Amino acid sequence: MFFEALTFQLGYNATLVTLGALLLGLASGVTGTFLFLRKRALVSDAISHATLPGVALAFIFMTLVGIDGRNLPGLLIGSALSAFLGLLCVQFLTRRTRLSEDAAIGAVLSVFFSIGVVLLTVIQTMSTGRQAGLESFLLGSTAGMLRADAILIAVGGAIVVTLVMVFRRPMTLVAFDPGFAETSGVNLNRVDLIMMALVLGVTVVGLKIVGLILIVALLIIPPVTARFWTDRADWVVLGAGAFGGLAAWVGAAISASAPDVPTGPIIVLVSFAMFAASMLLAPSRGLLSTYLRHRRFQTGVHVRQGLLSLAQGQPIYEPFTLRLLQREGLARADGVPTDDGKARAARAYRDEKRWEIARATPELELAAARYDGLTQIEDVLTTDQIADLDARIGGPEVVA
Amino acid sequence: MNEFVAFSLTPLLIGCLAAVACALPGNFLVLRRQALIGDAISHVVLPGIVLAFLITGTISTWPMLLGSAGAALLAVAMIEGIRRFGNIEPGAAMGVTFTTLFAAGVLLLEQSDTSGVHLDVEHALFGNLESLIWLDATDWSSLVDPVALAGMPPELGRIAIVTLAMIIGLAIFWRPLAISTFDEGFAGTLGLPVRSIGLGLVIASAIAAVAAFDAVGSIIVIAMFICPPAAARLMTNRLGIQVLWSVVFALTSAIVGYFLAGYGPLWLGSEHAVSAAGMIATVSGVILMIAALAGPARR
Repeated sequence: MFFEALTFQLGYNATLVTLGALLLGLASGVTGTFLFLRKRALVSDAISHATLPGVALAFIFMTLVGIDGRNLPGLLIGSALSAFLGLLCVQFLTRRTRLSEDAAIGAVLSVFFSIGVVLLTVIQTMSTGRQAGLESFLLGSTAGMLRADAILIAVGGAIVVTLVMVFRRPMTLVAFDPGFAETSGVNLNRVDLIMMALVLGVTVVGLKIVGLILIVALLIIPPVTARFWTDRADWVVLGAGAFGGLAAWVGAAISASAPDVPTGPIIVLVSFAMFAASMLLAPSRGLLSTYLRHRRFQTGVHVRQGLLSLAQGQPIYEPFTLRLLQREGLARADGVPTDDGKARAARAYRDEKRWEIARATPELELAAARYDGLTQIEDVLTTDQIADLDARIGGPEVVA
Repeated sequence: MNEFVAFSLTPLLIGCLAAVACALPGNFLVLRRQALIGDAISHVVLPGIVLAFLITGTISTWPMLLGSAGAALLAVAMIEGIRRFGNIEPGAAMGVTFTTLFAAGVLLLEQSDTSGVHLDVEHALFGNLESLIWLDATDWSSLVDPVALAGMPPELGRIAIVTLAMIIGLAIFWRPLAISTFDEGFAGTLGLPVRSIGLGLVIASAIAAVAAFDAVGSIIVIAMFICPPAAARLMTNRLGIQVLWSVVFALTSAIVGYFLAGYGPLWLGSEHAVSAAGMIATVSGVILMIAALAGPARR
């Protein structure tokens, strides 16, 4: 059943929903990247909560005018308008008052959301006997989605992805260095506005599938996940799109194949699973590789210091160093060096002595700056230079 | 008037106390640019409550309080962990954490059989302030009648204790809190445990959020953490006066909001009340907007 959902064989509507979710995940991951790189990830939280009063007002308006209040395009237009108003309020509070952006975001999201809740209670009394079903916008619901709705979502997602690709360059520039972007002729306000408009677009399109509380997750988690894998902005954008699309696709398939599993939460949890795996396993920025790197560095430093002590005939008191030397067959348990250990110790001592001279030589200043107690001097200087150093060290000393 | 004691007095009091309990720590959160901690905490309370329900099988107070406090601490630990070890900026770390925990809470709730009890997502978001009535009360004299007092909703006692604890805690830790909020470096050189103070503030906020959440739902909690302190911040440059303003704003929101929700629709000719929690938060937003347009220290 799950496999069928994953491969789009679960009937026309389920296929449309899964496809729509996939496109939505792709669009939100790509859009969210710029928000994340601009360090304004939580603005999306304000935008998404601010959609609720618009949805409710659109429902009331459409019912009063006489069309079906559940008409999805109408509800989405309403949500976009109120989300835009919410965005303006955040801008106003941040720019025109002393409040910081986080306070502005929190104020707007809670107040707009509560206005929405008040309006929802009004709707409950208004259309007695008929359940408006607007609550499904809180957590998303793909059950009973009309074909036209699914097409609307798919098309909306595709448009957002296209627009992001068009405006990719200026948005990257602004995200990394707003000051430089401005001096090179980019209109900062306009780019920010485009970025926010795209976020708004994703939010509105995603309302039906994941709901307004959890759409934020789709905008934030995939970019953060992708950031673990690469340092290049273009790759983060692509990766975020891929992670977002994958999470939404798998999540929608699980939700379609298992009853009572709401789409929004499951997509978010799939997304988080990818995040956790990336944080743990990603090369270079992942926890595991960071730990291994740290461990390797620690071992290197301990062995080197141990060898230097051996070379100078000093006893080693540090048990960890002694254990490492023992494991590599360089010393015995009582700290007496093996033959192998003596040879390595002499080499380490010579290396240290060469570094010492090199660091005292002004001409070698640049190379000497790379001294970290681990790098071999052969990696930094030429044979001639080393021979020169050796000449200044003088005759060999007796190694104990 | 007797109807007022039975049906409005306790929800009104609970609303006021919850608003004040959240607004007090909110002042420092807003000043420290941690306003969204309140948002994050109030989202993650849901999985804690659901888990407590799944373990104990009943909706009783203490397991729920413990569960949600545990969830709040877990969220703080996750945010710190992602921020520190993943090298991710705090806003995004917060976004990852609270959406995930909230999603987990929703999924747990949908998967478990909660049909027999009053526990659903909407309840968690909107609260049930209107239902916290005091049926044993006949009139004002019930306030001195021990039999009737015993029938008061237990939420009132809990939120009263928490509010009192907030006031006492604020009075005791006022100086270290103020110094470390405005100048962390200076506080550090004075020998103040800056990190513990920060963590203590977050824990105090979590306690306030959990106690208030229990009675009024998460919207009021978020709104009261942020709106009254933010509005108060636009009124004055002095911290003490700001805290007083925030209490005034919180109380005004709670009282005006409650009556607007209960009686406002009657004036407009409708006989159904609207959500009191939503209205209280809405009024706090209106107050913030007025302060942003006309507050003496708004820039």
